[in-house]
Amino acid sequence: MEEKKLAIIATKGTLDWAYPPFILASTAAALGYETQVFFTFYGLQLLRKDLSGVKVSPLGNPAMPMKMPYGPQWFRDVNWNMPNALMSIVPGFESMATGMMKKTMREKGVASIEELRDLCQEAEVTMIACQMTVDVFGFSPSDFIDGIEYGGAATFFEFAGESDVNLFV
Amino acid sequence: MADYDQELDATGLNCPLPILRAKKALAGMESGQVLRIVATDPGSVKDFDAFARQTGNELMDSGEDSGKYTFLMKKA
Repeated sequence: MEEKKLAIIATKGTLDWAYPPFILASTAAALGYETQVFFTFYGLQLLRKDLSGVKVSPLGNPAMPMKMPYGPQWFRDVNWNMPNALMSIVPGFESMATGMMKKTMREKGVASIEELRDLCQEAEVTMIACQMTVDVFGFSPSDFIDGIEYGGAATFFEFAGESDVNLFV
Repeated sequence: MADYDQELDATGLNCPLPILRAKKALAGMESGQVLRIVATDPGSVKDFDAFARQTGNELMDSGEDSGKYTFLMKKA
């Protein structure tokens, strides 16, 4: 069986959007795919050593259920209707939503982003930071985890061009 | 269910962890050996089926008992 290939472009740096690239990359690697993820623009946040800045914002996201990961079941089932106007003026709203999402994920047995990223590295998923956006955002290689590569669009296409699956996240 | 060589407790874990842990366990086993996996994620039923078909490992048996899903996977 010839090895299949998966190429992913990760462009988003929020907690909710951090999951798809790492879940897909780690699973593909487990299925025997040679996998490469190209991190560009806000996706670079996902390569930082410190992931505490990766948050989720319910602001402007009407699809996000607002449920409490605390208390009895009837209370947890309530979907809190938070108007954008309210969310935008309450200080710390984003941090609170982020904490709640992390707690919910943990309780449901979903791996953390750190854990999924470690699993990807263990499975030899190649992670490439987009050199151009590293420069634009003023990152330094010391901000990022070890074992990643740096490259541009041409580097991405060298692998993507011969991949079986290409995803833009 | 038949005999097995190693067991993996994946209860309480959600997608994709049961698959990733199973892959890791199989990597440390020898061809022909059998891994028994216990999971609680209902999605794992379809996923282990797909995992077996794509990796060539044989899903010998699977079953469900009061919310626990059991799989017997023979390493290719």
